[in-house]
Formats: sequence, C-alpha cells, structure tokens
Amino acid sequence: MSVKLALLALLETEPMYGYQLRTEFEARTGSTWPLNVGQVYTTLTRLERDGLVEPAPGAEGAEADGQSQQRYRLTDRGREEVAAWFTTPVARTQPARDELAIKIALAVTVPGVDVGALLQRQRTASMTALQDYTRLKRRAGDTDGDLAWSLVLDSLVFAAEAEIRWLDHCETRVRRAARERGERGDSAAATTPQPATQPVEQPTEQEAGR
Amino acid sequence: MSAVLRLSGVTRTHGTGAAEVHALQGVSFAAHAGELVAVMGPSGSGKSSLLTIAGGLDSPTEGSVEVEGVDLTALGATGRARMRRTSIGYVFQGFNLVPALTAAENVALPRELDGESARAARSAALAALDEVGIAHLADRFPDDMSGGQQQRVAIARAVVGSRRLILADEPTGALDSETGEEVLRLLRARCDAGAAGVLVTHEARHAAWADRVVFLRDGVVVDESGSAPVERLLDERPAR
Repeated sequence: MSVKLALLALLETEPMYGYQLRTEFEARTGSTWPLNVGQVYTTLTRLERDGLVEPAPGAEGAEADGQSQQRYRLTDRGREEVAAWFTTPVARTQPARDELAIKIALAVTVPGVDVGALLQRQRTASMTALQDYTRLKRRAGDTDGDLAWSLVLDSLVFAAEAEIRWLDHCETRVRRAARERGERGDSAAATTPQPATQPVEQPTEQEAGR
Repeated sequence: MSAVLRLSGVTRTHGTGAAEVHALQGVSFAAHAGELVAVMGPSGSGKSSLLTIAGGLDSPTEGSVEVEGVDLTALGATGRARMRRTSIGYVFQGFNLVPALTAAENVALPRELDGESARAARSAALAALDEVGIAHLADRFPDDMSGGQQQRVAIARAVVGSRRLILADEPTGALDSETGEEVLRLLRARCDAGAAGVLVTHEARHAAWADRVVFLRDGVVVDESGSAPVERLLDERPAR
C-alpha cells in the first residue's frame, strides 16, 4: 500500500503539517511501519499536484532547518478518495512472495536438507516473535490511540500464530510422508524376490539384463 | 531465582512389554518464582502427563519431582495430598468446581481440608476472589455464572492461601478469545507477583504470554523458546 491513502485519511481529522502527519501515523500504528519525513513531503507534493490536498491558509512558519512549513487540508476530491477507501475492501491481489513458504517448498524437494530441524528452528523463531508482540500488547492501555495500536499488534499476533500453525501442519505432513515412504520401502523389500509360481509379465530387455 | 518446580530425568511408562508406552522420556524441566512457562506439543506428546506428575496427581516411573524443595516421589499418597492442598494450585479446562458449593465455598475448600477454621478459610477465599476481580460473586453458585467467571473462581481456588505453584491445563480451552485472554492476564499477574506457573496449551497465541515456551514431542523436550532474552522486534508505541 502507498502511504498516500493513510495521509489523506489522517487529514480528514484536521489540516496538518508534514511532520505532524508522520507523528500521527506512527502513534496509531506504532513503529511497525516506520515512515520517514521525506517520504511524507514527497507524497504531499504529489497529492497537491493531483488536486487531492491543498495548502491550508494561515499558521505558516519555518522549521529549524529553514525549510518552509506548510499545513495541508483535503480538497473535495481528496475527501471522496478517503470515503471510497473506507467503503471498499482491500483487494486480495497475487500473494506477495513469501520467503518462508518458498524455502519450505524447496527444502522438501532439494536433497540433503534436514526439514525437521528447519521447521523446528523456524517455529522457535516465530514463537519468539509472538512472545515479543504479546509483551507489547500486555502494556497497551485503553485509550483510543491505544486501541489502534493494540489492533495493529493483534494483526501481527494472529499472523504469527497462523505461521506457527502452518509450521506444525508442515511438520505433521512431512513426518507422515517420511513414514509412508518407509512403509512402502518395507513392503517392496518383503515382496522381493517375487514368488516363482506367480505369473510374471515378460520382462523388458532392460530389466532382464539386471 | 529459585526453582519452585523441578523435574529431573522424569520418565513415565504405561503398560509393559510390547504394549509399553512412554508418555515422558527423561524430561528435565524447571519453573522459577516469578516465571510463567508454557508447554506446547501435539496431542499425545506428553503435555498433560507432565502436568499431572508436576502436580503430584501421578508419579513418574523414573526421575524426581521437587516442589519448593520437597521431593514428591519420596512422599506417600498422604504427603502428596498435603502438598497439593498447601503448595500446588491446579486450573483445569473444565473448571471442575463443586456445583453444590458457592464460589467462596469452592475457593475455601482446600484451606478447610487443610484444617483451617471455616472463618479463616472464608476470609482467605474472599481475598483470592477479590484478586481475580469477582469478590461480588462470592455467594453465587457455579451454575449461575458465565464460563469466564467460573474460570476466575477456579483460578482463585488455585491461588488461595500462599500456594506458589500454579499448574494450568488448557485453562482457556472452553472460553472465547477475549475471556481467555483475561484468564491469561490473571495467571500472568500471579506469576509477576512471585508465583511459578506452568501453562499447558496447544494455542501459540496463549503460550506467547509465557516467559519460556517448551515444546514436547513423543514425551521428549525438543525445543525451548525464550530461554535467551526475547529479541525486541518492535519498539514501544511512540508517545504523542
């Protein structure tokens, strides 16, 4: 997602300066998706060009570094854009490349990988992340800003939990596959050599030469 | 940190000969004062065996179990029962409250069984109910309470008096996610106040409330997370 829509949504509250937009964004989402102030100003310039925001009159000043400071407010078109964002679901596009899923898919097919150890190590790492998110969640309070932050944390918590469940599932499937391979190997060993009384198909040249 | 619970080389075997099943194989494990430890693992991994042995409800085939320095395996049935009344609190998935007793009577029960006067036991029970935020429900019967309230009574019963080891077996299993979280918050608070807790759960989201998470498979501890300080992935929310 571009930060464009998030900034527009924040301006719905009141006209704001660039640095203020950044502070408000991070107050709601924590340091989960850090936003640099340069990115905020570039985006605002683009939004102004597209007619979605405009300079708000009054209260102009200068920042310590001499850079001119401008407060922005939404235009009518900007307001429509925010309304549209909040009334439509986020599109489920092509899933992003997931390094973990790709790694496991390759680990079960590339020879010589200890898949069990890989899954175990990953689960420990994911569990550690989940513990960290939970630690932060325990400290989140009850104000509105805390609600926003706490819901962002919940999103991370549920995603980590889903990842751990998936790793458990992978482990079960991999172990079962290994067992079944073992059993097939055993039964194949038990049936050879084939009983001589059983009618056998004409061996191919290759097999006959074995 | 002193270990409130210490299992050393615990093996539990059921049956003999070809039917022999190892529920636990050489498990060593400790829970210290102020610490909540979660135990995770698939069904049949030995999670519940570990908890019943830690709580003196079952004895290991081999190895020792110490609670506050007392070796449970060296005690007889009477001695273990006394330890359960004085040192060990148990919280079950199904609450296990006595339906004919009020909340306060349920919580006072272990104290009274231990020989405390009814009056002293009731005042300890009221203090424990207050700690879990339901002092006002002291005279209700379990059937007149929600699942979350009943589990709070069960937690009060587990912590009443000065018991310092709390063993919880899927305590959130019968509760919705928000009520479940309240239960974890209470367990966590009790451990932060100096008790040692062991939480058996199959839900990673709940295990994450613990300081350490121990993974069991086929009766063996296969891994542990959080034994090293938890890496901080995110900073605190910036102040406004």
